[in-house]
Parts: sequence; structure tokens; C-alpha cells
Amino acid sequence: MPVDVTLPTQRTANPPGPLLAFWHSFRENRGAVIGLTVVSAVILIAIFASVLAPYDPLDQFRDFTRLPPIWSEGGNWNYPLGTDPLGRDMLSRLMYGSRISLFIGLSVMVVSMITGVVLGLAASWFGGIIDVIILRIMDLIMSIPSLVLAILIVAIIGPNLTNTIVAVTIVYLPRYVRLVRASALSELSKDYVTAAKVSGVGPLRLMFVTVLPNCLPPLIVQAALGVSDAILEAAGLGFLGLGAQPPAPEWGAMLADARDLITSHPWVMALPGIAILITVLAINLMGDGLRDALDPRLKRS
Amino acid sequence: MFRFLLRRLALTVPTFLALMFVTFMMIRLVPGDPIEVRRGERGISPERLAELRHEMGLDQPVWKQFLDYVWGLLHGDFGVSIITKNPILHEFFHLFPATVELSVCALLFATLVGIPAGVIAASRRGGLYDQTLMGIALTGYSMPIFWWGLILILIMSNTLGLTPVSGRVDLVKYYYPQVTGLMLIDSLISGQKGAFLDALRHLILPTIVLGTVPLAIIARMTRSSMLEVLEEDYVRTARAKGLPPYRVIGIHALRNALIPVVTVIGLSVGSLLAGAVLTETIFSWPGVGKWLIESIGRRDYPALQGGIMLISSFVIVVNLIVDLTYGLINPRIRHAR
Repeated sequence: MPVDVTLPTQRTANPPGPLLAFWHSFRENRGAVIGLTVVSAVILIAIFASVLAPYDPLDQFRDFTRLPPIWSEGGNWNYPLGTDPLGRDMLSRLMYGSRISLFIGLSVMVVSMITGVVLGLAASWFGGIIDVIILRIMDLIMSIPSLVLAILIVAIIGPNLTNTIVAVTIVYLPRYVRLVRASALSELSKDYVTAAKVSGVGPLRLMFVTVLPNCLPPLIVQAALGVSDAILEAAGLGFLGLGAQPPAPEWGAMLADARDLITSHPWVMALPGIAILITVLAINLMGDGLRDALDPRLKRS
Repeated sequence: MFRFLLRRLALTVPTFLALMFVTFMMIRLVPGDPIEVRRGERGISPERLAELRHEMGLDQPVWKQFLDYVWGLLHGDFGVSIITKNPILHEFFHLFPATVELSVCALLFATLVGIPAGVIAASRRGGLYDQTLMGIALTGYSMPIFWWGLILILIMSNTLGLTPVSGRVDLVKYYYPQVTGLMLIDSLISGQKGAFLDALRHLILPTIVLGTVPLAIIARMTRSSMLEVLEEDYVRTARAKGLPPYRVIGIHALRNALIPVVTVIGLSVGSLLAGAVLTETIFSWPGVGKWLIESIGRRDYPALQGGIMLISSFVIVVNLIVDLTYGLINPRIRHAR
């Protein structure tokens, strides 16, 4: 006897889409929202530096050298954050400097993420000797202290902006490779991958379209934190005279330039450091929020 | 355990070989004439050039040169500095104690402050202490330490006059023989009045600067590890049987929470040495980090080559020791993989 089983139709609201769900949990974290706001502001400043900055970063106003910022005695409203010993406007230099730092941070992140994804997926897919070789090379990179490795690379290829990016990218590559390899390996043993294989999906499509999206959450978190680490590392290289070369308004190089002025004109030294700190802190706040929202397992650490 | 040890040791061999290869290639890749790069001589006659090429083995095939390089390294021959003409091994170990002293103090500072901070934050989860401490920790983690060092010099030394600006000891006032190379110990051995305090005063700022980032990492790590452990059943049991909170947190929870933290501390040697490069440069601390940077400025490539080889070997060995001890304490690691 056929039984007419009609399930009671449930009327539930549509579950929120992944993006919306992400935004909801991201928004709860006050620090993350502050971080996001500051990062957006820095990005806007970097994009519109040529409009926002009052002067060219390299213009020297020889009649107005070493002006203090407006809040201290003798400040001049024409130069809100004062001028350096060559009479260059600090505010303009800092604004243009954000371009350099963000450019370094983002390019390092993009290049090392793409390379890391390719190498990590290759290591997990091929296994065997290829896996071993890739892992050994990453071990080697990690056994040399980050800044020392960057110094080695810069000593070989010479100090300038592009080479800073190359050096810092190599330094941070292992993190991405190991992360992608580890999560791809755990995904590869799951049923949906077997199902995809059985239905005849080719290796390239399998790795990049089927497996990769499932490895993304930790990768995105790593990428966000990677930007701030890269900015710090590049500023350190700039400070040691091995990064972007003067007169470029790179924050680290500006700091190194101002080292001798520490007692006489402390603001010339203090301001670029504050700019680095604010930018890096904002990105890290945002990264923490991203981690909490994307990967509940990792919690807040 | 023995197999685990053997496997870990075998894994470091290719890393060492690759490291030797990279440092060997480095000196051939730097721009400039190889003789000039390696000997610092320029504008020399063709006869002298041929003589030098032969002397340095540059007329040999590359694989032979590499084998000679490896052979030399295995026998403690790390080359000779262009500038001082001293063996690099000798220069390195003359400066290395200064770096060790600074790094050990920084790590001690980071641990002694970081772990309590993390524990307090975890036990007051979400509260004012937690938010303040973690805010400070994140700031420390984001700190450009070269700027932090200069700011501390500006405030502590130039404005308040509390600490000296640079160096390890006031050489005008105190002189004592280098026994261990560690100023804190040497000054005590010398028995000179005030020497120890002077060495300590010189150490304060560099220690704070180098310790800031590890401190932040340790505090964050301790907090998250504690939060995890505090959810465990045995913590609830301990609470339920009426143990005072400080015993539950300080003994039951902390002991187990510390395992990942200790690993992080052990494995932070590499990043500590990277930080030491910047810290030593700011404070004119006569260690290997400052020496490396100066070698670049002097184009002393053999020193750079030997220095990188030695520092990296040190990091590899320390990481290996940490791994082995960890495997010794925690059998689960030994049998994994």
C-alpha cells in the first residue's frame, strides 16, 4: 500500500550568503572594523597622493628647512607636519611614502601567494621526489633568518625597490607553500575529490577549481598578515640602506636619513615610524578579524 | 626514539648541502671582478692576476671549487676577511657572544613578561585587562623595532639620561679581560665596582627593543593556548573540587598550555637573530648582526658569505635541538609522519 508521505513544508528564511555571513561576523569585531577603516584611509591616501599632498615629495623649500610640526612652537600652517633638513614637506613625503609601502606589501603578497599556490599544489599533487625537493628548498629558506636572507639577496642583485620586493617575496614564500600544501593534502583525501576524479576531471581543473577554493580561508588570513610583515621587512631593509634608495620617500629610508636628527629635530625621525606603525597595526587588526570570521577553529590568538 | 633521531638528523643533511651551495654561488653572483670581490685588490698586473687565480683555485673546474669549499667548511675554514685579513671563523666567534648575550636577555625578558601577560588576559577573557593587554601585544607585534629603538633612546637616554646610548660597557671607566665574552659575567668576574651595573645599564634598552616582538608573540600565544586548556574537563574538575583559582590557572591549566608556547620560544631563534641585525645597528652593539651589515658596506663578501653560513648553521642546529627535545617530551610527535 503506497503511503502518501508528505513532509511538512518548512518555511525558513534563506540562509545568508557566504559573503554576508562573513561580514556579519567580521563586523562584530570592533578592532577589525577600526583596522579596516584605517587601511581604507591609507589606501585612499596612497591612490590620491598626487591630489591630496600639498607639494611634490622631492621639492626642496630652502627657506623653510627644519620647520617643526604645527602643534609645536614655530610651526607653519603651510607645512602641517614640518619639513626635513632639505626643506621637503614631511606631510607630502609621508603621503607619497604610503604608495611605496603599500605597493611593496601588495606586490609581495600577490607574487608570493601565486607562487606559493602553484608550488604547494604541485607538491601535494605529485608527491614523491617533487614534494621532497620543494619542501627541502622551503626548509633552507626558513633556516636563514629572514632579514639575513633578504640582505644576502639584495647584496647579490643590488639595492633598489624592485629587488626589495624580490627579496621579501622569497623570504615569505615558504609560509604560503607549506600552508597550501598542508591544506591541499588534507582536502585530497576527502570524498568529493575522489568523486571529481571518478567523473573524469583533469588534474589542473581538479587542483585549481575543485581543491583550491577549499584551501582559501587560511590562505586569505595569511595573505593579510603577509602584507603587514612585508611592509615591516621592507621598511627594515630601507632603514639599513638596502631598500628603496633616497631621495625616494620610503618610510624606512626616511627614518634612516633622520637618525642624526634624533635630538635636534625628533619629529623628522618620529613621523615615518608612526606612519609604519599605524599602517602595520591596522592591517594586523584587520587580519585578526579576518581570521576570526573566516576560520572559527583558529579563534583569536 | 633512536629512529626518530636518525630521521631528523638525515633531514638536515640536504639542507646543509643546499646552504653550502647557496653561499658558494652567492660569491660568484655578486657583481664585480671575482679577484677584487674576494681579495679586495684592484688594478693588478696580468701575472699577479694569474697567480692569484691559481692561488684561490679559480682556474679549477666549478665542481672542484665547490668540493674544495665544502672541504674547507668541514675543516673550519670559512675564508678570510678582505678588510682585516683575519679568518672569518675567528672574527665571528669574537663577536658572537655579544649577540648571544643580547638575544638570551631579550628572550628572557619576552618570556618573563609575555607568559604572565597571556595568563592574565586569558583568565579575564573579554574584560578590560584582556583588551588592554592584547591591544598592547598587537601593537608590539606591529612595531618597526628600528623606530622603537630610536624612540626609546630619545626618551630614556637623551631626555631622561637614564641609560647609555650605545655599546656594551663604558670603556673609559671600566676595563676587564674577556673571559666568556658575556659582559654580565665578565664584569662580575673582574670584581670591579660598578662594572656589572654598567654592563646591565647598557643592556636594558637593546633587550627591550629586541624582546618586543617575541614578547607580543608569546603573550598572544599563551593567551590562546590558555583559553583552549581552560575549556578542558580536568580544569572543570579542579574547579569543582574547590581548588583556589590561582592553583587551577597557575598549575593545572598553565602546565599544559605552555607546551606550544615553549615550542614557539625555541623556534624563534631565527627571527631573534634577524631582529638582532636591526637592534645591534641602532645601539652600536658589537655583535654579528652589526658586523654583517658593515661587511656589506665594506663590500667584504667573504665575511658576508662566512657569516651567513655560520648564522644559518646555528639556526638549523638550534631548531634541530628544539625538535628533538620536543620529540623527547611528547611521544606523539615522534611517531607522527
